[in-house]
Amino acid sequence: MSEALGIEREQGLHLWRQMLRVRRMEEASAELYTKSKIRGFLHLYIGQEAGGVGVLEQLEPGDAVVATYREHGHALLRGISARSIMAEMFGKQAGCSRGRGGSMHLFDAAARFYGGNAIVGGHLPLAVGLGLADRLQGRKQITCCFFGEGAVAEGEFHESLNLARLWRLPVLFVCENNLYAMGTALARSEAQVDLCRKAASYDLHAQAVDGMDVLAVAAAARACVDRVRSGEPVFLEVKTYRFRPHSMFDPELYRDREEVERWKERDPLVTFPERLEQAGLLEPGDRERLEAEVASEVADAVAFAEAAEFEPVSDLCRFVYAEGAPE
Amino acid sequence: MATMTLIQAITDALASEMRLNDDIVVLGEDVGRNGGVFRATDGLQTEFGEDRVMDTPLCESGIIGAAVGMALYGLRPVPEIQFLDFIYPAFDQIVSEVAKMRYRSGGQYTTPMVIRTPYGGGIKGGHYHSQSTEVYFTHTAGLKVVIPSTPYDAKGLLLSCLRQDDPVLFLEPKAIYRKAKGEVPEEDYTVPLGEAAVRREGSDITLVCWGAMLPVCMEAAKRADDDGISCEVIDLRTLVPLDETTLLESVKKTGRMIVVHEAQRTSGFGGELIAIVAEKALEYLEAPVKRVTGFDTPFPYTLEDVYMPDPDRVLRAILETSRYVS
Ligand SMILES: Cc1ncc(C[n+]2csc(CCOP(=O)(O)OP(=O)(O)O)c2C)c(N)n1
Ligand SMILES: [Mg+2]
Repeated sequence: MSEALGIEREQGLHLWRQMLRVRRMEEASAELYTKSKIRGFLHLYIGQEAGGVGVLEQLEPGDAVVATYREHGHALLRGISARSIMAEMFGKQAGCSRGRGGSMHLFDAAARFYGGNAIVGGHLPLAVGLGLADRLQGRKQITCCFFGEGAVAEGEFHESLNLARLWRLPVLFVCENNLYAMGTALARSEAQVDLCRKAASYDLHAQAVDGMDVLAVAAAARACVDRVRSGEPVFLEVKTYRFRPHSMFDPELYRDREEVERWKERDPLVTFPERLEQAGLLEPGDRERLEAEVASEVADAVAFAEAAEFEPVSDLCRFVYAEGAPE
Repeated sequence: MATMTLIQAITDALASEMRLNDDIVVLGEDVGRNGGVFRATDGLQTEFGEDRVMDTPLCESGIIGAAVGMALYGLRPVPEIQFLDFIYPAFDQIVSEVAKMRYRSGGQYTTPMVIRTPYGGGIKGGHYHSQSTEVYFTHTAGLKVVIPSTPYDAKGLLLSCLRQDDPVLFLEPKAIYRKAKGEVPEEDYTVPLGEAAVRREGSDITLVCWGAMLPVCMEAAKRADDDGISCEVIDLRTLVPLDETTLLESVKKTGRMIVVHEAQRTSGFGGELIAIVAEKALEYLEAPVKRVTGFDTPFPYTLEDVYMPDPDRVLRAILETSRYVS
């Protein structure tokens, strides 16, 4: 137990491992994209890992997660296997959405993972509905909805926060504020850049947290989740930064190198292990062991995806309507 | 004349008309500083400033709604929606406000605007970066729907749109944004709305298409030549207003017709074209009409190449149609 950090060694290693799993899987995806194994669009979570880990660690198994197209990390952290995520990104049938969705549309009913949503803001009302279903059917679960700060400008944000509060729904709205929506900086898209003030205007609890600090996120998220479980919506703003371009093509005209470099100094995958080290929670060989474990998980996932099959043409019209329905 | 890609011709049209008409204002997500995701508005903000090339937040309904107000009171907004697939938050504004303003105000008000948006498959974009849903809009009276397929037309049609008083949905075939190259005059010219182009004359079968399906049909027609089948290829260019005359004259000449579109088959625009032919030229038909289209599914991710009509599928339809004897 570290007094300074308030965590046990095992817990520290676990949080580090979770962030590392996301980081290495994302790096592998970027490489596979350049080899055309992954096609179309690919939005990486690199830099933002502490947010997803800090929040998702606080959920129970039956809770629902709804995410955006930048969701590979969230899916992995919710227990969806790296194999099925990677296969999905390849568009293979063994993927968690049977190869139907690709990178932006990871779904997994067993994990109650509701996408992978590529329409910005489109999934917020859906999270409200999940919360309403839970409340009306007397379940104790909660719904955790991730979105970028860009979504705050869409009409659905307003409609969703209002409904969630009006009906007192167990929904945690997690706004991952990485300062940019594609090429548009927050200050160029919001009159009120204090997103918590904006959310609080719906009369719900809103708080912000340093998204580069996994322990801070975990503590804030724990408090928020407890509140949501008691039956009220909460807005949590995770202040973070993406290190990579928006998608794979992005001239990045909207920010300068120095800004990116400054944020990289706060890379949770650098700073968190350092803090563990300073707190005396690490033992020699920890890093090597962790890296090796994660590398083999990722390599296994890639090999699995490579070997899997694409959907046959004969399946093109499946899952448009209920199976067995009249044509 | 300069050789341009289709997207360069669009940028060129916007820039040249903005020089002539101070009322034109481009607005949309990342259109200014970034010059648009596909770079269609590249350089415009530098030349015309932030009041004429406006970056907006992510708010499609707000973008189109604001354009309605601007158009009502003296401006010529050119809103960009990043992908046609993202237009639906603005659907209400488009069908309820934009399209009906002239009618419901008894002709007192108009909302002249050109809503530009890339549409269609061919970039492995999956469900929400690929769709071709022109019929949602052709089914809305009050809107014009324009789809260029060549750089020359892209500029000429866009200039026409910017110089008339009705709202237009200007659909840009992103699959051929850079593949379609051609000569584009530097001087002023327009391509009128409501005139189809006969891209290839032929006597046996009429192929009807628009947008990115033009090169597909041209390729199929070329191959059909080897089998001794002469195809006429009609590029509609504008779905609304529709050039019925060119369509009917061609079908009356060939007696056979195939419509090719990316959109799913059911309720696709092909159905409308066939209905017109059935109403006005049925007695000229020598074979059942055919449709080569997308399938009645959401736009697929890995099976995109199967979904999208290609020259093979069009050629098969040509062979079947030409062999038909009544
Ligand atoms: C309705 C809609 N409009 C536009 C887009 C195009 N688009 C995709 S992501 C994006 C930026 C979103 O930024 P943000 O919400 O901050 O999330 P981030 O990418 O930063 O994680 C845009 C404009 C879209 N997918 N959906
Ligand atoms: Mg963002």
